Amino acid sequence: MTALESSTKVQLGGTRGGPDEPTLRKDRWWIQPVVTVAILTAFVIYSTWAAFQNKYYYVGSLVHRDLISPFYSPCIGGSCVPGAKFAFAVNAWTLSPALLILIFPLGFRLTCYYYRRSYYRAFWWSPPSCSVADAHGSYSGETRFPLLMQNLHRYFFYAGLVFNVLLTYDAVLAFRQPGLGWGVTVGTIVLTVNATLLWLYSLSCHACRHLCGGQVKSFKAHPIRYKFWKFVTPLNAKHMNFAWASLVFVALTDVYVRLVASGAISDYKLF
Amino acid sequence: MAEVTMRVWRGDASGGDFETYTLEQNEGEVVLDVIHRIQATDAPDLACRWNCKAGKCGSCSAEVNGKPRLMCMTRMDTLPKGPVTVTPMKAFPIIRDLVTDVSFNYVQAAKVPALMPPPMPEGGYRMFQEDVERGQEFRKCIECFMCQDVCHVIRDHEENKEHYAGPRFFIRYAELEMHPLDQNDRRDLIRQDMGLGYCNITKCCTEVCPEHIKITDNAIIPLKERVVDAHYDPVAWLGRKIRRKPKRSAADAAVQPAP
Repeated sequence: MTALESSTKVQLGGTRGGPDEPTLRKDRWWIQPVVTVAILTAFVIYSTWAAFQNKYYYVGSLVHRDLISPFYSPCIGGSCVPGAKFAFAVNAWTLSPALLILIFPLGFRLTCYYYRRSYYRAFWWSPPSCSVADAHGSYSGETRFPLLMQNLHRYFFYAGLVFNVLLTYDAVLAFRQPGLGWGVTVGTIVLTVNATLLWLYSLSCHACRHLCGGQVKSFKAHPIRYKFWKFVTPLNAKHMNFAWASLVFVALTDVYVRLVASGAISDYKLF
Repeated sequence: MAEVTMRVWRGDASGGDFETYTLEQNEGEVVLDVIHRIQATDAPDLACRWNCKAGKCGSCSAEVNGKPRLMCMTRMDTLPKGPVTVTPMKAFPIIRDLVTDVSFNYVQAAKVPALMPPPMPEGGYRMFQEDVERGQEFRKCIECFMCQDVCHVIRDHEENKEHYAGPRFFIRYAELEMHPLDQNDRRDLIRQDMGLGYCNITKCCTEVCPEHIKITDNAIIPLKERVVDAHYDPVAWLGRKIRRKPKRSAADAAVQPAP
């Protein structure tokens, strides 16, 4: 064995100090995983229910509005209600149109670095919190299928950008009030805030930061990409905030459109 | 006079247990001060590693109430009421009491392929400020190894030490990979032999870093994205083919260890 080989050989199995307990932490470390489980579970249950409803996702010209739920946009299924249907449609698809499109935003969030941190801790207990013992006997991380697929995050990021453009278009259309002209309602504000939060979530994404300029070795040699990187880096620091805000607000947007479309409330016109 | 109760782990590789010490509480003390008072009064043979008492040498890493902390930077009045538990870092073999054998980290350090700059141009190498600033954050590391200690990949799975460099060395790899003069490509090495894929980005390393280095956001995730560039991105692969840009292998990088 050469000197280099012996200096790079890890010795395993030494006796560790301290008691053999899962954790010695005294603070309430379990609060964060519990809150994460509660919010993510509530979102998954609500979005699954909403996706299978296949109704009350569009408010149309009958009430002088043009509001569509983000869960159903772009509406490309054969069963889309008149007015909601996108330019391109898969007419053979007769189930809920939400089932066709939700896979992309879901994939974006599922492979997101921030959400990975959250659900690995909260659902998989790997680990449940810092210096709290991992709940699993062995661990291979993201080196094997299926977790190896987390590396596809940037493709979901690209798809997410397309959805952001479409939802921004929806927000602009929401200012149009068929038969009345243009105006601002609570619904237009809801859709605009939703699109804005989704843009902030996407632009603050780690893959976005890398593609903007993080991947270069020299900023000096790539001044434009450096400017992009400088722009998204402060956003990236708030990625967690945008992740939660956009998640909650996209569900609230669907709730609002659903309530208006079902007639439970009316969309109040501001001006 | 108020008192403070310390539960300190005493023992070595043959076994150990908590010893409880009750001392007078002094204003403004840090945990290391209290450990030193225990050495001066009740237990002169209590082993603990320390040096600067200013949070800059990284020697006095231990676990205070179950969390990796620098003892010299942990004020007693910031801890919750009740006995304070002090144990050695859990991820490394114990030597005695609060002292652990951190040689795993030196083994990993020896594996890092050194900077490989191009031949010196006339007038010397030049780096611009924006490139200098990027790597500067990683140079703040004081090698306290608390990030290694808290990382569950090796803390809870000893067997992973053979193929996992750990957060402290991922920031070293990131610094080299982002160095404008470096011509080495360590992406294969980082993926295959240094176990970057084992990190599931739970950010505990960032939480415990006393220098507030954004280990996960600024080093590990950028490294993961660089590995994606090299292995999981067909668009990048096509770009390399069109430009006929060769990709160095793990073996090429591994033959150039640090001096």
